[in-house]
Amino acid sequence: MTDMMLTQAETDDLRALAGMIVPASATYKVPGADDDMIFADILKSLGRDRDDVRAALAQAGAKVGGSVAALDAAGRDKLATRLQADGGPQMAVLTRVVLLCYYRDDRVMISLGLEPRAPFPKGHVLEQGDWSLLDPVKARKPFWRQVPS
Amino acid sequence: MLDKVDVLIVGSGASGAAAAWSLADTKMRIVCLEQGGWMKQSDYPTNGRDWEARQFADFHPSPNRRNRPTDYPVNDDNSPIKVLNFNGVGGSTILYAAHYPRLHPSDFKVKSLDGVADDWPVDYATLEPFFAENDRMMGVSGLGGDPAYPAHTPPMPPLGLGKSGTRFAKAMNTLGWHWWPSDTTLTTTEYDGRAPCINLGHCTFGCAQGAKASTDITYWPHAIRAGVELRTHCRVSRIESGPDGMATGVVYFDADGVEQFQPAEVVILACNGIGTPRLLLNSATSRFPDGLANSSGQVGRNLMFHPYASIYGYVDEPLDGNRAPPLSLWSHEFYETDPSRGFVRGYSYQFGRGIGPISEAISSSAYGRLPWGTHHHDEYRRLLHRRIQMAAICEDLPEAHNRVTLDPKIRDSNGIPAPKIDYTISENSHRMLNHAIARASEILQAAGARDIGVDRPILFGGWHLLGTARMGDDPSRSVVNSWGRTHDVKNLFIVDGSLFTTSGGVNPTSTIQALALYIADQIKQRLATLFD
Repeated sequence: MTDMMLTQAETDDLRALAGMIVPASATYKVPGADDDMIFADILKSLGRDRDDVRAALAQAGAKVGGSVAALDAAGRDKLATRLQADGGPQMAVLTRVVLLCYYRDDRVMISLGLEPRAPFPKGHVLEQGDWSLLDPVKARKPFWRQVPS
Repeated sequence: MLDKVDVLIVGSGASGAAAAWSLADTKMRIVCLEQGGWMKQSDYPTNGRDWEARQFADFHPSPNRRNRPTDYPVNDDNSPIKVLNFNGVGGSTILYAAHYPRLHPSDFKVKSLDGVADDWPVDYATLEPFFAENDRMMGVSGLGGDPAYPAHTPPMPPLGLGKSGTRFAKAMNTLGWHWWPSDTTLTTTEYDGRAPCINLGHCTFGCAQGAKASTDITYWPHAIRAGVELRTHCRVSRIESGPDGMATGVVYFDADGVEQFQPAEVVILACNGIGTPRLLLNSATSRFPDGLANSSGQVGRNLMFHPYASIYGYVDEPLDGNRAPPLSLWSHEFYETDPSRGFVRGYSYQFGRGIGPISEAISSSAYGRLPWGTHHHDEYRRLLHRRIQMAAICEDLPEAHNRVTLDPKIRDSNGIPAPKIDYTISENSHRMLNHAIARASEILQAAGARDIGVDRPILFGGWHLLGTARMGDDPSRSVVNSWGRTHDVKNLFIVDGSLFTTSGGVNPTSTIQALALYIADQIKQRLATLFD
């Protein structure tokens, strides 16, 4: 899978990083962020973050002296620790793009007990709560500051 | 050249819409120029599955990030608080949280009461009928009887407490501190053709239901029916003035990018606390070398933002998350000066509900709460919808060095010089933030929260753009007089947040609109002698 905006090597590294940020979980029955559908969404959603993401990929590559995708599991763990400690603002942008696509995937939302839908038109139900909680405040005398006329 | 109009309003947001509607009953020919276009409720983020992502893109509150064709760039590199706005019919009422407090009576008298800054040349009592009129026009929900305010009764009942509000209410009662359901411009009943709120929960970024009052759906339909002409995609570059020192009209780029001159008898600026000084400074002439209406040197100075702190924690049960309007309660317990606190003036709290799944993931990742890798899923499930949060909004006192100037290099898409912001947070504000964060931590702990976090100042927190063409009786220290007319140019008025002499410690939109209605009323009452 190659996106027009990234080279194949960049695409491979981004996919590796996405899987490092959010791996699949058998416990919760959810895919990782490197899943085909989610990663396609990530590539499609780079938009105005593309330059920062490319810079973050270059930064990650520089830390390992080559390809992130080529790292073995131990190498990825070591890199993940470094990037979380000192990834900087561009890695934060990359992480944001990954997360905003991951947490709108239907499978992920269902696993979290959320309805995979837009807020409109169904909306949500909000409980009114117990308005007697306001009684002590209602009993308080006005305390706004009087001003000279 | 276009036909001369009686009144030309620049900007269709909170204040421009209110002024246009009020002046419409004069039957004068009124035109409003707006650089953006009409928004459609069907285009707002909550219509789609990408609703949360769009707050980082085409609905980002920063014009620099959003970068729509209708936006202009703002150089805010030299400010710890970034400028936020929206450009379109309705202005920044398209992108606001609908939290709608009024300034307090004391806010208009800070010099007299506390010996700082300046008193306003108007007071709460003068504005009170215009607050009430504006509440009716915008459609305000809330509950009368708040002991923190002079009596007033919103036309609709308040939003529900929800789980988060209930926790906050109990915590505040335990501490013995004030709280109250906030005035909001969200409908809780059918109101003036608007449907009631259905808890889409993403109010700030536009309401697909139309329950949030933005002036494109409140004032403008009434103003247009009354005969006001609203021209969209018209970006004003400068105000022209004649040899007599009066404004003659404005130059603007129309929707096709063609430069036009619109002559007018009266010009009213409603471009917010950044756009208005930018336009005045861009209107310099040999007669007004420092910018129009700037003989005082105060145009662009005294910029006030309201430094915000966000304080939050996590509880042991799911709360409302993003599934209701984000703000519904306030506290004014610490609003007034108490010398024992080590700062003058005060702040209010806005009690929030929570945030959505994507925002939680991004925020918690950025702050190191949410790890990468195998532990990600467990930790995320411990955070999701368990956040309880509040914000402190601190009074920002005017300081001349906090200012808007023209950037020497950056220009908008029409080649108009962009605004440049130089702003620092004062020592008084820092002390106020410290106090607010400490008390908020106590509140959150009383509400059962753990892992308390703080975001100070909120970087993207420059919602309130105030003070850069301030009101005053002294022409050497202010830009406009007590009824909105510039001291220097007798047919030039300002009705937006630039007017604020001081900022108060609450969201300003209600007061901005009450001021706009007051100034429009003054214009109507003084028509026979308006230019004397």
